[in-house]
Amino acid sequence: MTKLTIDGIEVEVPAGATVLQAAEAAGIEIPRFCYHERLSIAGNCRMCLVEIEKAPPKPIASCAWPAAEGMVVHTDSPMVRNARRGVMEFLLINHPLDCPICDQGGECDLQDQALGYGAGRSRYEENKRAVKDKNLGPLVKTVMTRCIHCTRCIRFITEVAGVPDLGATARGENMEVGTYVEKALGSELSGNIIDLCPVGALTSKPYAFVARSWELSKTDSVDVLDAVGAAIRVDARGPEVLRILPRLNDDVNEEWLGDKSRFSVDGLKRRRLDRPWVRRDGKLAPASWDEAFAAVADRFATARPERIGAITGDLVDAESVLALRDLMRRLGVVNLDCRQRGEQLSTERRDFYCFNSGIAGIDEADAILLIGTNPRREAPVLNARIRKRWLAAGSPVGLVGPAAELTYPARHLGDRPEAIAAGAALLAGAAKPMVILGAGATARPDGAAVLAAAWAVAAGAGGLRADWHGFNLLHHAAGMTGALDLGFVPGPRGKTAAEMVAGGVDVLFLLGADAIDAGRIPATTFVVYQGHHGDAGAARADVILPGAAYTEKDATYVNTEGRVQRGQRAVFPPGEAREDWKILRALSAALGHTLPYDDLDALRAQLDQANPVFGRVGFLPRFGCTDPTPPPGDAAALGSAPFAVTIPDYYRTDPISRASPTMAECSATFAAPLAAAAE
Amino acid sequence: MTDASDVSPGEFPPGQEPWQPAQFAFDAESEAEIAVHLAKYPPGRQASAVIPLLYVVQKQMKRTTGSAWVPRAGMEAVAARLAMPPIRVFEVATFYLMFNLRPIGKWHLQLCTTTPCWLRGSDAVVAACREATGIEGWGETSADGMFTMTEVECVGACVNAPILQVNDDFYEDMDADRTRALLAALRDGTPPPAGSMAGRQASAPEGGPMTLTTLAFAPGEQADAG
Amino acid sequence: MLADRDRIFTNLYGLHDWRLAAARRRGDWDGTKDILARGREAIVEEMKASGLRGRGGAGFPTGLKWSFMPKQSDGRPGYLAVNADESEPGTCKDRDIIRHDPHKLIEGCLIACFAMGASAAYIYIRGEFANEAKVLDAAIAEAYAAGLIGKNACGSGYDCDVFLHRGAGAYICGEETALLESLEGKKGMPRMKPPFPAAMGLYGCPTTVNNVESIAVAPTILRRGAAWFAGLGRKNNTGTKVFCISGHVNKPCNVEEELGIPMRELIDRYAGGVRGGWDNLLAVIPGGASVPVIPKSVCDSVLMDFDSLREVRSGLGTAAVIVMDQSTDIIRAIARLSQFYKHESCGQCTPCREGTGWMMRVMNRMVEGRADPEEIDTLEQVTRQVEGHTICALGDAAAWPIQGLIRHFRPVMEARIAAYQARQAMPMAAE
Repeated sequence: MTKLTIDGIEVEVPAGATVLQAAEAAGIEIPRFCYHERLSIAGNCRMCLVEIEKAPPKPIASCAWPAAEGMVVHTDSPMVRNARRGVMEFLLINHPLDCPICDQGGECDLQDQALGYGAGRSRYEENKRAVKDKNLGPLVKTVMTRCIHCTRCIRFITEVAGVPDLGATARGENMEVGTYVEKALGSELSGNIIDLCPVGALTSKPYAFVARSWELSKTDSVDVLDAVGAAIRVDARGPEVLRILPRLNDDVNEEWLGDKSRFSVDGLKRRRLDRPWVRRDGKLAPASWDEAFAAVADRFATARPERIGAITGDLVDAESVLALRDLMRRLGVVNLDCRQRGEQLSTERRDFYCFNSGIAGIDEADAILLIGTNPRREAPVLNARIRKRWLAAGSPVGLVGPAAELTYPARHLGDRPEAIAAGAALLAGAAKPMVILGAGATARPDGAAVLAAAWAVAAGAGGLRADWHGFNLLHHAAGMTGALDLGFVPGPRGKTAAEMVAGGVDVLFLLGADAIDAGRIPATTFVVYQGHHGDAGAARADVILPGAAYTEKDATYVNTEGRVQRGQRAVFPPGEAREDWKILRALSAALGHTLPYDDLDALRAQLDQANPVFGRVGFLPRFGCTDPTPPPGDAAALGSAPFAVTIPDYYRTDPISRASPTMAECSATFAAPLAAAAE
Repeated sequence: MTDASDVSPGEFPPGQEPWQPAQFAFDAESEAEIAVHLAKYPPGRQASAVIPLLYVVQKQMKRTTGSAWVPRAGMEAVAARLAMPPIRVFEVATFYLMFNLRPIGKWHLQLCTTTPCWLRGSDAVVAACREATGIEGWGETSADGMFTMTEVECVGACVNAPILQVNDDFYEDMDADRTRALLAALRDGTPPPAGSMAGRQASAPEGGPMTLTTLAFAPGEQADAG
Repeated sequence: MLADRDRIFTNLYGLHDWRLAAARRRGDWDGTKDILARGREAIVEEMKASGLRGRGGAGFPTGLKWSFMPKQSDGRPGYLAVNADESEPGTCKDRDIIRHDPHKLIEGCLIACFAMGASAAYIYIRGEFANEAKVLDAAIAEAYAAGLIGKNACGSGYDCDVFLHRGAGAYICGEETALLESLEGKKGMPRMKPPFPAAMGLYGCPTTVNNVESIAVAPTILRRGAAWFAGLGRKNNTGTKVFCISGHVNKPCNVEEELGIPMRELIDRYAGGVRGGWDNLLAVIPGGASVPVIPKSVCDSVLMDFDSLREVRSGLGTAAVIVMDQSTDIIRAIARLSQFYKHESCGQCTPCREGTGWMMRVMNRMVEGRADPEEIDTLEQVTRQVEGHTICALGDAAAWPIQGLIRHFRPVMEARIAAYQARQAMPMAAE
């Protein structure tokens, strides 16, 4: 520890801390533009200058100056105030001051700090610089004349995203941030540079001129477009969600968000199911809730329980899964499944289906084996964490499955299960080895064998012990872990999702299940679809019950780690659509098996009862492996089929992103050219 | 006052101008040079060779097309060879001013106008160049493709000011008449030897050295103006 | 007057062959092995005792700088980077050393590397010196072929490589950390210090950056002894120095002389005097473009050394003496330097990127007089806002010439403004 004095306040900071960090520890604000705690130190904006006694007699950039024992720092001396005023003036002389037409207005660091530390007027009388705008693709809009050259965007894209497309070309006052040769940013994390940009040089293209920050109601929530469960803020005006931004959560997403999670908002208002529908004479027709419930009740009344089944989808919340499960149990139905893609997952033990090392655990891993997964597409924020670890410690990464560009070097060990054995060598000697399986590893006939083989590799590498759990399932569906926690899998002699779809039931209830192969459902099967988008499931349905998207309900989700998190309602569901558990509660009454909860609190109490993990929201303690017994499955029964690509197109994976014009444009820009090139 | 780097890129986005060749491949002579450069840096530090390799590209273009410049495809070839992201090479190529990012004339007239040269009459040298080539603005190339005029900052030969650098050669102690004569010779393809156009011995004062005159080394040695 | 026998650069003007055989006849590579045999400590101590101060501009004691390198390697190699990016306007001394006395530099590289425990020297030469680089490249090849450098250099048992690396047109690469960045294949953008290069320099390894002249004088100092070198010049400003005398003199030239020689003597004796006589002198920039200009009244008596010039609020810098006679438009002379710094700013940090352009534009108006008299103060304040607020010293270098101008020639600036305003006020009757 190092003890120093800042503005008369004595503060103790860990060795290696900078003066700026020490000032923060002392509760003293130091203005800055280029410094960002998750990026390398650039020291170029010169806004954080302070005065340090017995150091060179000039202002010193606190972001880069190491705190030292006994150091005496002044952050509000005349020298410092003058320095800040001077830097502010320089930053503004070539800044256009077009705040009235700038989307950053109201949430602009330059505005705020000019007010707080600037001189109030400029003495600059020459012409201002104008810089040509760049085309960075469908997501990031540029107004490069506003750029103050802090290089945060360049450092993020290079260091965190690992897709070094951005740079600063030319020099001096002609220096320009851009790609030089026009190019859309090829990163799934590109939207984060909008947040990082301290001025209005980089703003959201889809959100351009849509709203002012002070007009928005802001709701803290969690993202569901992958299974990472990133902390988000949903900004809405009236009935409409206008944008989604990441919130800080060091354990999960740090402060990043994937582009799909950020930019799919326009999918929330398109292709929405905003009223019930009932199929009459082969055609879906609008109906009232009563008519819809009556149609369901009629068909359920004549079906035997063993010929009824229910499947939950990728975006389902735990409350509605529980309500559906409870309803089905009351009806005597055991044909339940949440594994739409046929994932061979066992609910016997929680650590057989969770990301047990924890996302933050990646920061400690010293060897990582990826099996049947492309984390860059399945969980870009988590992928960035792997990259961060590789950068910090050079931890080797091995990949079994389809070859992929992951933003860090991954040794491709093979694309068939037999290559898992080669992973043992990669993990050998690692103190904290990690094995990560994606849906591609388990959604196959020999999935249980793959699971068991992966467990064996983790165990063989010493990765399963009381202080470390190196066995990890990386889901990409936000609803998966919660549904598994609630045991939404076939009961005794129950049918799997695939069996149900293929004629195993006469009545099929789809709760947001759009990833099933609806084409295989026999014409005679009666399909009820409850969900929010007119996607694959709704198209096949005989009755449609319009539900709420994740921004429209208070709901619980469990991320791939097994972390229980709460989303909050930012807007109301459109039209006659309702929160999903309420629909199920109402349907249960119509079916004569009224569920015993009348409000969310009562339902959540039931959740805790169903599985105590739901009693702990947000926080997830780190845990090790206390039981080395492997998951069911014969590790020797591996098949020879290569692992398949799980997500061919990052931008279109679920009903919301598939309804988003912005995602369609991204898909056309990035995914389609890639697919064409692969052919 | 302005210079080539201040000129806006014009109507074409950088790297996508119609005169950019679609491809660039190092030829055998370039490959030999690359091997020499790469040997200078420790393993894993081959990015150090980015400037040398950009020179190799520029030289090869001069050799094969008559114009010493670095096309985008050449920068990409350097990036591929050094395992660098292309943007890092674009950054370097645009930061250092000796890389010509568009085709230039056969003779690159680099006129130093910084204070030491200006004090010794660089304005007259500039005027003589304009008059002889018909070039009006900095960075422009004469209609016949013979000359490109670039204003450069101090080239580091100030006691022989003013300097007119032609391609790699410094012509020193210039004035308007000497400039006209030099350009005529260049046009004829008969460039005179580089160095002082006033006949001075390197940086010694006019009329001959006033120091180092009393030293005697071994006999038979030839003076070499380097 | 310095005797020829005390001059180090005996082939400054290229009167003789630069090649190895001839260089040896001039004394280069004589007993190098014995010098190395004295050991690291002894060499560094001798260099300290000589009082040699860095010849690149800042004047930091060379021996002391060498002593900062780790005595024991932690496994990382050490490097010497030789700054041959000579770009300071007015300066052209290293060019002569490289093209006419390259073996002094190469021998100096070996000795300096040895004294610092460095395994290789990289000589970073400015790109414009293409022909000079060819000479140096050939001289390095000669030295390798003769076993003077490379494995078992000079039979000393010590391995030392010397590599030549060309820059490509960027003044800022003469800043030591920008030079290292450039050498690593990046843009020449200065690094923040700490860490200093001696702890973390080239490729993250201990590195010392020295000017060409500092390195090239080392072999002679070690051969003739620290006492000889320290006996030349003045206290704390010892030894000889190559001066570059340019501008309005009758015979511009380079010359090696003792530090502390009166400026007037330097100009009159070696450069044929000021054009039109000493009384026609207006001002001198005594140490390359970045040091403040001094008026004739100061020039009359000032001595050419680090401390004397600092006392008159200027500096020795690179000892590049830019002479301006009474015919000079002093505002334009300085404005052209402002253009230089604006052009050479790397653009990394705010005060320099924005300030150099601002200063240049105001200076260009000052040349015409198209300004308010109060703007002189504003301009002065802007230079203070840049000076000391930047990552590297380029900001200071851009500020000082303007400060010098305002300090000594404010009345000229005011008169220019008044004349412009008078012209503007004139009726258009002339038409």
